[in-house]
Amino acid sequence: MSVLVYTESENGKFKKTAFEAASYASEVAKLLGTEVVAVAVNADNPGELAGYGVDKTLVVKNDKLSNFNEKAYADILAQAAGKSASSVVILSSSANAKYLAPVLAVALNAGYASNVIALPESTAPFTVKRTAFTNKAFSLTEINTPVKVLGIAKNSYGVIAAEGKGETEEFSPELGADDFSTEVVSVDKVTGKVSIADAEIVVSGGRGLKGPENWGMIEELADVLGAATACSKPVSDLGWRPHGEHVGQTGKPVASNLYIAVGISGAIQHLAGINASKVKVVINNDPEAPFFKAADYGVVGDAFDVVPRLTEKLKEFKANNA
Amino acid sequence: MKILVCISHVPDTTSKINFTEGDSRFDTNGVQFVINPNDEFGLTRAMWFKEQQGATVTVVNVGPADTEPTLRKALAIGADEAIRVNAEPTDGYYVAKQLARVVSEGNYDLIIAGRESIDYNGGMVPGMLASLCGANFVNTCIGIEVDGNSANVTREIDGGKEILKTTLPLVIGGQKGLVEEKDLKIPNMRGIMMARKKALNVLEPVEAETMTKAVSFEKPAPKGAVKLVSPDNLDELISLLHNEAKVI
Ligand SMILES: Cc1cc2nc3c(=O)[nH]c(=O)nc-3n(C[C@H](O)[C@H](O)[C@H](O)COP(=O)(O)OP(=O)(O)OC[C@H]3O[C@@H](n4cnc5c(N)ncnc54)[C@H](O)[C@@H]3O)c2cc1C
Ligand SMILES: Nc1ncnc2c1ncn2[C@@H]1O[C@H](COP(=O)(O)O)[C@@H](O)[C@H]1O
Repeated sequence: MSVLVYTESENGKFKKTAFEAASYASEVAKLLGTEVVAVAVNADNPGELAGYGVDKTLVVKNDKLSNFNEKAYADILAQAAGKSASSVVILSSSANAKYLAPVLAVALNAGYASNVIALPESTAPFTVKRTAFTNKAFSLTEINTPVKVLGIAKNSYGVIAAEGKGETEEFSPELGADDFSTEVVSVDKVTGKVSIADAEIVVSGGRGLKGPENWGMIEELADVLGAATACSKPVSDLGWRPHGEHVGQTGKPVASNLYIAVGISGAIQHLAGINASKVKVVINNDPEAPFFKAADYGVVGDAFDVVPRLTEKLKEFKANNA
Repeated sequence: MKILVCISHVPDTTSKINFTEGDSRFDTNGVQFVINPNDEFGLTRAMWFKEQQGATVTVVNVGPADTEPTLRKALAIGADEAIRVNAEPTDGYYVAKQLARVVSEGNYDLIIAGRESIDYNGGMVPGMLASLCGANFVNTCIGIEVDGNSANVTREIDGGKEILKTTLPLVIGGQKGLVEEKDLKIPNMRGIMMARKKALNVLEPVEAETMTKAVSFEKPAPKGAVKLVSPDNLDELISLLHNEAKVI
């Protein structure tokens, strides 16, 4: 038996989601009294996973896999799960992992629970807590198949050091032509900018900023904090910011450590998408804005006055605490 | 081209979420149901294919009779016909199995579903459906063009987007971006009148397993009051974020 974990990498380096998924897998393995097997595709240092409780890493090296492809990756993981007699398969909640998980679940004839936020409450029956209704509620979900697939919500478990055996083994699963029936033509990734999915801190602007020409101060605030930038839905609908920045119930979910909302009223659909963030700060000139009910810290003030001063003060703070 | 748009029937985004029967069921009392927003974008894109490329558009829902107004709305927006599979959508796998049967009986070329339903947020039906039908699959889809049997698809990835090339039959998990918000179709009077005459076929479900079960629900603990900081004292905000919240 084993717990299998998919450890994502990009350009050969493991992503933080890989370590978080491995940490979670290692605790599940303890609960089940078994070991953790990781699958790493084209990663440079598979040994790194030992520090997060991984006992064995199946190392796949294949140039055909340099672009993510859900069918091929599902095929690899299904073969790894078969070979390792895995009863639980753990994935992160990255865009790629969410693409892969349902396909893998069908291949394994496994029940799948997405957005899982904590360790299983029990292993027989197998129950996990997951978010539902876009973070307006949690659901305790039972999976009743012999093999289970879990998608772990971002930032819900954390990266936790643990000692694993850290063995590595070359793994060359068989891939069919059909695995490559969808081909990546081009990838357009904003470089040098933190993505909302990876960000620890997100600075977000709303319609209160009046127009796209005023986003400079949002970007500067984000820069000092090493944060990603985001926006409310009307802001992207108006074309002030790209769609990829729209967060909320119908946009991207945000599960950062800190979410700073500037000139955003705090409509229920906006809050639904950012509720999973740990600490929320609102800057708004209307003390009656609903966001103040959802936030941990608030400043009632004009964004055009507060944000530039906050940025300056943070620069000083960073310089003194570097 | 034959298009199938999968419509999930969900509480309106402003709904208060409550549970009944010992927190084991979603309380639909007073809740307004709508077409899942991700599916609305997909349906509007399907209308584009109908107008520009002569596609026929069928909408489908797996659900009990009370989802019919949602399907009628999709017909009023312009879908040609609707199918309802008469069953409780108990879990994602069960729904995907029902949809797979509709796909195989109807020989659809393009199946448009949403990235996720905003109620249970499973994000699993489109991928499972694609696997069950042996179709290609593109998730978080924000753009699609079809030419004959081939499709050029844009997918949102973490921190950007990528362009993919694939072939039909294809399932997409769509979202905003597929069409612009301002282009979303809303039913007009004529559409509503015409929808009454369009076919809404009810199918009995096929035998299928459920693999997961929502045992109970709970709501997040109410949070404490906001700490207000004066705009003249931003040092305090920094100090709170550093020392108290420990996030910077
Ligand atoms: C089906 C549906 C889905 C939706 N999904 C989403 C979603 O996913 N995400 C989302 O964000 N919204 C969503 N919405 C829209 C949502 O209901 C709100 O309309 C939207 O979030 C409001 O955006 P906003 O706060 O930027 O703008 P507004 O509501 O216009 O608020 C602007 C705020 O800025 C403040 N302000 C103005 N000037 C200043 C200043 N100088 N300094 C400081 N503050 C200032 C105002 O006091 C106000 O509170 C959805 C709506 C529907 C119907
Ligand atoms: N009961 C259902 N009937 C028809 N389509 C559904 C149903 N449930 C989910 N879908 C489709 O699958 C998508 C993702 O749903 P989910 O996997 O439940 O998050 C939705 O946006 C719909 O397109």
